Amino acid sequence: MAIFLDAQSKVIVQGITGGEGSKHTALMLRAGTDVVGGVNARKAGTTVTHGEVELPVFGTVAEAIDKTGANVSVVFVPPAFTKDAVVEAIDAGIGLLVIITEGVPVQDTAEFWAYAQAAGNKTRIIGPNCPGIITPGVALAGITPANITGPGPVGLVSKSGTLTYQMMFELRDFGFSTAIGIGGDPIVGTTHIDALAAFEADPDTLAIVMIGEIGGDAEERAAEYISASVTKPVVGYVAGFTAPEGKTMGHAGAIVSGSSGTAQAKQEALEAAGVKVGKTPSATAELVREILKTLT
Amino acid sequence: MEYQAKELFAKHDVPVTLGVVAETPEEAAAGASSLGGAVVVKAQVKAGGRGKAGGVKLAKDSDEARQHAEAILGMQIKGLTVNRVLIAPAATIEEEYYFSFLLDRSNRTYLCIASIAGGVEIEEVAKTDPDAVKQIPIDAGTGVDEAKAREIVDTAGFPAVLTDQAVDLVQKLWNVFVQEDATLVEVNPLARLEGDVLEALDGKVSLDDNAEFRHEDHLTYEDKAAADPLEAKAKAKGLNYVKLDGEVGIIGNGAGLVMSTLDVVAYAGERYSGVKPANFLDIGGGASAQVMADGLDVILGDEQVRSVFVNVFGGITSCDAVASGIVGALELLGDEASKPLVVRLDGNNVEEGRRILSEANHPLVTLAETMDGAADRAAELAVK
Repeated sequence: MAIFLDAQSKVIVQGITGGEGSKHTALMLRAGTDVVGGVNARKAGTTVTHGEVELPVFGTVAEAIDKTGANVSVVFVPPAFTKDAVVEAIDAGIGLLVIITEGVPVQDTAEFWAYAQAAGNKTRIIGPNCPGIITPGVALAGITPANITGPGPVGLVSKSGTLTYQMMFELRDFGFSTAIGIGGDPIVGTTHIDALAAFEADPDTLAIVMIGEIGGDAEERAAEYISASVTKPVVGYVAGFTAPEGKTMGHAGAIVSGSSGTAQAKQEALEAAGVKVGKTPSATAELVREILKTLT
Repeated sequence: MEYQAKELFAKHDVPVTLGVVAETPEEAAAGASSLGGAVVVKAQVKAGGRGKAGGVKLAKDSDEARQHAEAILGMQIKGLTVNRVLIAPAATIEEEYYFSFLLDRSNRTYLCIASIAGGVEIEEVAKTDPDAVKQIPIDAGTGVDEAKAREIVDTAGFPAVLTDQAVDLVQKLWNVFVQEDATLVEVNPLARLEGDVLEALDGKVSLDDNAEFRHEDHLTYEDKAAADPLEAKAKAKGLNYVKLDGEVGIIGNGAGLVMSTLDVVAYAGERYSGVKPANFLDIGGGASAQVMADGLDVILGDEQVRSVFVNVFGGITSCDAVASGIVGALELLGDEASKPLVVRLDGNNVEEGRRILSEANHPLVTLAETMDGAADRAAELAVK
């Protein structure tokens, strides 16, 4: 078991012929993912080859699903075309849609999110501007390095890509059920709360690590949710204690305005919900390690 | 800034008086003469509370406008230097309202906030009488048409004599919000002038940088003069850099990891006379020699910097490429690289990366095993 991505996942790549799409298709295959094809309207009917695997390129997502039974799509198309690609995938009824693209205008994200809701909320969207999701040893839909660590009892949800990698590295002796990077944009499809709910229900996840960063109130809301609905141990980490107010640090979401959204406010909210919060990535990993020792 | 927001308002036919932008007292006086009558001289900076800081003054004629401009130009408001003033005709305000469209992150859609109970003191109103500040959710899929605009105006409770004007104005402000890819469009105050005329007297617009590719004209709104020179240099090289007040220069990959690095360095600094991180610099995924050299060049240009911490987790990037980047950068910089570097590499191909750095054996470079250890060493070197 795992969350959102498992052995039954059949993955297509939107933008499979582009530089990033091509590179990461190869890495996803190497991670054991059942990649079954890709989409590029201009190259429909051709194939791409990665090692021993030859993958068909389809004109539309609908056709790709029809021919391959795909249920997951990973989006690598440039920001200007992301909204159209996402709407197409929603129309085709894809179950899981992972949007890696960085730099999507936030109004485009707001629009395709509203579109997904109006279409009955049948597509789980992860991202945009995220590293994607990995169920180690089983499948990878995204760009997370698959060689950091293997399967294990820890579930991880994080806004940040490299902090996800760092935390997987810190806890490489235990391994992960699933690690999901939800992205740092102001609007994202899957939230901390969605991931917490899924980890709570996943029998293979024994402990959960939640990584947040400054900006917005997602961590505060997650804290409320944990307090009400999560019985598994949760360890938190928040980046950005030294970030100055009003400055953007890379992620559009990481803007601190006033006191709301500061790392301090997030830490306090999490601790009030009974979540242990690490001061640094290594201290956070140590907290998880202590908890796992009592459980296993 | 206000005058730029007003230009965007005017572009979408929102009722507004542009006034005259002046960079010298003489220009201010000339602007006041051309407008005739009493004017308001308003500091143009990207900060609120300009009035309270003494940056907004009423002038009865052009001489007084010159005097006020002299006092206001060069003034500091919330750490920002005033380089421009806006000269606007003095209006007779009968009532002040507040209106905005903004991104609602929590609900993943847009929100309209409107209040007829006061404009500039809206924050106070929100505290003392929250019911007077209406929040109306907007569906990002359907947006604001005439019917939605009417719902907003009715909910806010605009006086009957103003409703048709307000419905029209709300739709035009919506056009500013969606057609300019804004994350905030705020009118404060939205004024009821003599003769029951609605006008946007002051405004603020925040634009989405991610949407710049479809708004080439937005580049002109950047305030280059106000930007820190090192930040401007970094931006010209395409680097994501924020100058901070500290001694330990930071280079890392990925915004989250770099923010975490700043924190870890600040904690380590507590043991070494309180040294702090000097900057945020995210070099992103592909850490080539050129990007590394550009990053180091910017950081070493910061006179406060006394040591540099390079913290890279090789995920997609492999550590050998990063190590070669560092070696190449030091060669490119030559004698300009004069401060000690602590390098921590982990992840993909880390052994090869560390080998490359060890073999290069550069006198300024120290290799560290862990992020915490590297932060400690970098902080220690910053006080030596």
